[in-house]
Amino acid sequence: MAKISKKKVSKKSLKKSTKAPDKVTAVVYDDEEDLNEADDNITSEEEDEEDDGGDERKRQKLLEAISALGGKRKKKLGERSEAAVHMSEFTVNAEGEGDKIDLAELIGTIEETPAVPARTKKQLKSLQQSKRTIECPLSKQESERIQRDVAFQKASAEASRWKGIIGQNQRAEQLIFPLNQEPSGPKPMERVVTGWKAQTPLELEVFALLSANKQPINDPILTPAEEASLKAMSLEEAKIRRAELQKARALQSYYEAKARRERKIKSKKFHKVQNKGKRKELIKQFEEMVKADPAAALEELNKIEMARMQERMSLKHQNSGKWAKSKAIMAKYDEGARKAMQQQLEVNKELTQKLVTSLNNEEEKEKEETGEAEVIPDFANDAEQGLDSSNPWMRGKLSEDLTDKEIMIVDLTAEEATANTAEKEEDEEKAEEVEETEQETLLREFDSRRKLRQAEEAKTGPEICVDDEVESKDEAEVLDASDKEEEELSKFTSLFRGLTDRHCDAENEQAEAAAVGSHMDAQLEEGLMRIRTLEDVELLIHKGSATDEAPAQPQLPPTTETLPSATLKEGKNRKRKRGIQLEEILTKETKVIQVQLTPTVEDTEDSNEKLDQRGLIKEAFAGDDVISDFLKDKRKQEEAGKPKVDELTLPGWGEWGGMGLKPSRNKRRRFRVKTAPAPPRKDQHLPSVIISEKRNSSISLHQVNSLPFPFENHAQFESTIRSPLGRTWNTERTVKKVTKPKVVTQLGAIIEPMAREELIKDKKQVSVGNKSSVDLGKRNY
Amino acid sequence: MATPGEQTVKDAHVGKKKKPPARYWQDDVEQTEQGLQHRGEKPQGKRKRKHEEHHTNEKNFISGKLDPFPGPAPVPEDRVQKFKRKEKTKKPPREHYKLRDIIIRSEEASEMAQKQAARFDLLLPEDAGFLEGDEDEDTCTISQEDIADAVDITSGAKYFNLKLSQFGPYRVDYSKTGRHLLLGGRRGHVACIDWQSKQLMCEINVMESVNDVKWLHSETMYAVAQKKWLYIYDSNGIELHCIRKFNDVLRMQFLPYHFLLATASATSFLQYLDVSVGKEVAAICTKTGRLDVMCQNPHNAIIHLGHPNGTVTLWSPNQKEALVKMLCHQGGVRSVTVDRTGIYMVTSGMDKKLKVYDIRAFKPLKSYFLPAGASSLSLSQRGLLSAATGDIVQVYRDVWSTPVTKPYMAHRVQGTVWGLHFCPFEDVLGVGHGEGFSSMLVPGAGEPNFDGLDANPYRSAKQRQEWEVKALLEKIQPELISLDPSELGQVDHATFQQRHQDRVQALGFDPLAEEKFVPKYKKKGRSSAGGVERRKRQVAHEDQRDVIRETVEDKMKVEKERKEKEKKKAALSGQTSALDRFKR
Repeated sequence: MAKISKKKVSKKSLKKSTKAPDKVTAVVYDDEEDLNEADDNITSEEEDEEDDGGDERKRQKLLEAISALGGKRKKKLGERSEAAVHMSEFTVNAEGEGDKIDLAELIGTIEETPAVPARTKKQLKSLQQSKRTIECPLSKQESERIQRDVAFQKASAEASRWKGIIGQNQRAEQLIFPLNQEPSGPKPMERVVTGWKAQTPLELEVFALLSANKQPINDPILTPAEEASLKAMSLEEAKIRRAELQKARALQSYYEAKARRERKIKSKKFHKVQNKGKRKELIKQFEEMVKADPAAALEELNKIEMARMQERMSLKHQNSGKWAKSKAIMAKYDEGARKAMQQQLEVNKELTQKLVTSLNNEEEKEKEETGEAEVIPDFANDAEQGLDSSNPWMRGKLSEDLTDKEIMIVDLTAEEATANTAEKEEDEEKAEEVEETEQETLLREFDSRRKLRQAEEAKTGPEICVDDEVESKDEAEVLDASDKEEEELSKFTSLFRGLTDRHCDAENEQAEAAAVGSHMDAQLEEGLMRIRTLEDVELLIHKGSATDEAPAQPQLPPTTETLPSATLKEGKNRKRKRGIQLEEILTKETKVIQVQLTPTVEDTEDSNEKLDQRGLIKEAFAGDDVISDFLKDKRKQEEAGKPKVDELTLPGWGEWGGMGLKPSRNKRRRFRVKTAPAPPRKDQHLPSVIISEKRNSSISLHQVNSLPFPFENHAQFESTIRSPLGRTWNTERTVKKVTKPKVVTQLGAIIEPMAREELIKDKKQVSVGNKSSVDLGKRNY
Repeated sequence: MATPGEQTVKDAHVGKKKKPPARYWQDDVEQTEQGLQHRGEKPQGKRKRKHEEHHTNEKNFISGKLDPFPGPAPVPEDRVQKFKRKEKTKKPPREHYKLRDIIIRSEEASEMAQKQAARFDLLLPEDAGFLEGDEDEDTCTISQEDIADAVDITSGAKYFNLKLSQFGPYRVDYSKTGRHLLLGGRRGHVACIDWQSKQLMCEINVMESVNDVKWLHSETMYAVAQKKWLYIYDSNGIELHCIRKFNDVLRMQFLPYHFLLATASATSFLQYLDVSVGKEVAAICTKTGRLDVMCQNPHNAIIHLGHPNGTVTLWSPNQKEALVKMLCHQGGVRSVTVDRTGIYMVTSGMDKKLKVYDIRAFKPLKSYFLPAGASSLSLSQRGLLSAATGDIVQVYRDVWSTPVTKPYMAHRVQGTVWGLHFCPFEDVLGVGHGEGFSSMLVPGAGEPNFDGLDANPYRSAKQRQEWEVKALLEKIQPELISLDPSELGQVDHATFQQRHQDRVQALGFDPLAEEKFVPKYKKKGRSSAGGVERRKRQVAHEDQRDVIRETVEDKMKVEKERKEKEKKKAALSGQTSALDRFKR
């Protein structure tokens, strides 16, 4: 509806707008007609001055008749307005009375008069052409309002000059009144010295001597040499420097832009080529560096080695990603996929290849000999390998991963050998390596299993004392394992030698290993949830036996396989005996303390025998019910802490009620009020502790219970009140600073309102400060 | 250039009319000044001033020599770390300017406090030492006599034995300054001694069995837990109070900053007595039987109680139930002690074990097996642990950080050890036993630096009085005792309801509750039961009625508005079908 109306309106307005120009034109025509008429009239007047009024009347009549014929009756006011020679009897009418005065008429005379300047004429002409009407002067109220506005703006501008200083004062930490006080107290040394002047003849003499030798007399003066050095950087120099800097910046930005552009290029090939080029160049540089600067080259070598290590550690190019997996599936059928995988492996190989330089050529030669003869990890080079201490995996006994080393050696040998054979060999080695690792895992798995079995035996064994609970024993064994592993290492190496012989056997074992692996995976998935909490406990236990462990730890080979398996195993144990967690924690591993002196007097702490008896009984049955009692207590507390479910069911409403009838379950459920579950208890993870969940209401009376104004969160507020203010905890100066009064007034002094000069002074200070800072900046060059 | 000093002087004295009195060299000076004035060029003067500013900024000396160690003296990082109080918060991305000011200022202040404290730490001159044996010599085999011989005569005099075989095993307590010793024999002998000068202050026999003795806030008063009641004596042995509210007290602890005497009784009551006003603050029935194992946590003034069922419970006067209950031993708990920093708790039990707990996390740290079991434990200010097994006192070092295999020191006393207490600010361990008292030297036990305003061992009587007044003014109210002492600085997150509940509990009535309408009694039989009921019904559910009325009115209003809107819409649409006439 509204739309329609709008449309109408718009149409109307359109019509109007179309009408309006017509009207205007009509008006214009009218004017012209009138003008003509007027002219005619004037002429007729001039001519018919002597004619009588009869003609006039007739003509009037005729005109009226004609106008009546047109339909629209022109209403003319019969009004006497002007004195004229000829007056009609009936209607008094002035010539051109209903007509508008046109500017053109008035201007006409101006054109002729030479006294009017040309400029005015021009202005008038332009005025004539413009159709705008001149606005009428504003009313009194409006003009006054404008004046008021202007006055307000002026006043507010004046007032707002104070705004800055007011804000500053409001935010100031301390205000001191009256303003412009002379600072009391001891003056700084410099000021005192500068205020002093040489008076006695001796002093004058000294000063004369000093000045003669161009030595600085007062603090602020530099020696001429110093001044010269300060002046050393002239404006030109500064400009040059600035230009240089500018150029450097511009170049940098260009370079950055280029790099950004290049990085955005999606073409893999481009990047591949680029990377290759870069690498080559790097190697080239390195070669050069070897000749030029061996020390730097060594460093560079280390860096390269590091990169190689990282590459080896990372899963990049290892064909273990999603892409590689998909390709592996396709590889059976697709030549391209196979090739791509191969390529990636090659990339890996290339990246992990050890760089051969003249620096370590000799060592390599040695290695070659050994490597050629037999594939044995030589521990002889330990020290050399331990060179880069940044790698924690490289420290300790088993520092160089056997397999790694071997690969390295093999690689070297391969390089020496012809290309095609090398590749084959490497492939073989790779396969071997995989088998090795699998065997390793297998071995460790067996070992851990054996331990587990032992542990279980220990658990069942009757001879264990109360103190050594199972967990700690397990733990100890795990720790022992670290020691054992060293022994195993030697075993392992011998085993390793026979590895090639047992190649065929390995195949069978591989299958087993795979099975074990899957089993392990399953375990992993099971244990995943619990491991974290376990770690906490373990940490403590570790701490407990820290001394034992501490020396052993560095030697502990950081084999990734054993650690998870150990934790895994623990997790399993934990899971099995979850019900008796408490005992585990209660009976931590204990240290027996030897004392040289043995007590001769037995404890007679409880003097009365009855108590002693009871104590004895207690001791005899120690640990019997204590734990279960405690657990019961804890459970009870937990139950009590849970929110109660309110049942608002009324029996007999909406159904039959009576003896032996219970409201239906449906109904009960409907009227059950569910409450939000209680927040987790604080002692959730502490089985041997009950922490009361009751609110301490007595302290809440003293606490701040709503956040004060500018703060946005509790942490902010708490951090601002975290340090104490009192003299007990702070030094005197701190206390004075912390408890500074907001406003300091001098007793008896008149505090004048701030004068306008203050404002100006403040500004000046600011400007001076800026200048001085600029100066300082210059100095610093 | 020659004397620019004069130039500045001139500046400084501009506008000063007063002239210094004329001296014999005066005319000369005038001349030179004149000359200088002629020579002094203005731009140069300006430059000089700039130089001056620059130099004062860099703190050069007048001679132009550079400060070889510019800036304030550096403070070691670890020492600064020692005085750190919590972390500072992260700055919010866009903050209110007021907030920014506040945060910046408080950070500045706390940083300054920290730095200053670290800097002033330098003023603590004393350093703690330890006993070191020769190679392959155990420190625990070194006898007290040897030590006493080796050390200086004053320290050697601190090793002594008091033979008091008559009145049976002794309980021991040192005053807070470590200057005074209180002995309480089981058979009623009570003595207080200025033990360093070996001056007996008083000695009485209360003619009753004495369970425990404790100094109160100063050395002028002490409490004695006797057979039936709790008594308070002054240092002259005059009985000041007999407090009948506290009966069968077995153990006592004094909380110095709260002026609270906490007592544990055989009737399983834990009671708190405010000794500054003599009022019982709280009496808590622990319902755990005889309480003869007790200690306090000096960090947060929580009382720890040990129980025969192997649990240790933590108590504050503000809560009727245990704050924390932890199962520590499989047998009964024989002794508990907490270290000064409130981090570690050491317990010993009937199962002959000694356990170390992290009391902040309630987690066990270490467990030791003592062949004879420890009957009483005590921790020194610097973290040495003394344990009494039968008649042997063993002292251990660092029981929490490194597993200990043998004691640091050991000493055999005549009878069974009954009370152990390390003397504050001294390397002395007081042992009360069946045959009296022995004071043994334990190097490295006491804190070498004392706070003169807190516990000054060398204070005079006047200083003590001053301190007493100040301490009373700074007394901490018992309501502020809580497990986490920094809780007071936290914002209370409780809801309005919770707070209201607290208020009701504190006041004993609900200040917001509306009073019940009670109809006025009218005479002449007009207050009949029916009439009263009717009158009650008139005002019944008044508040509910109001609510209902309001909601109904609101609903009506909304409905009306909706209708009007619809009407308008219809009118505006203007398209009325022929069937609209049947619309109602």
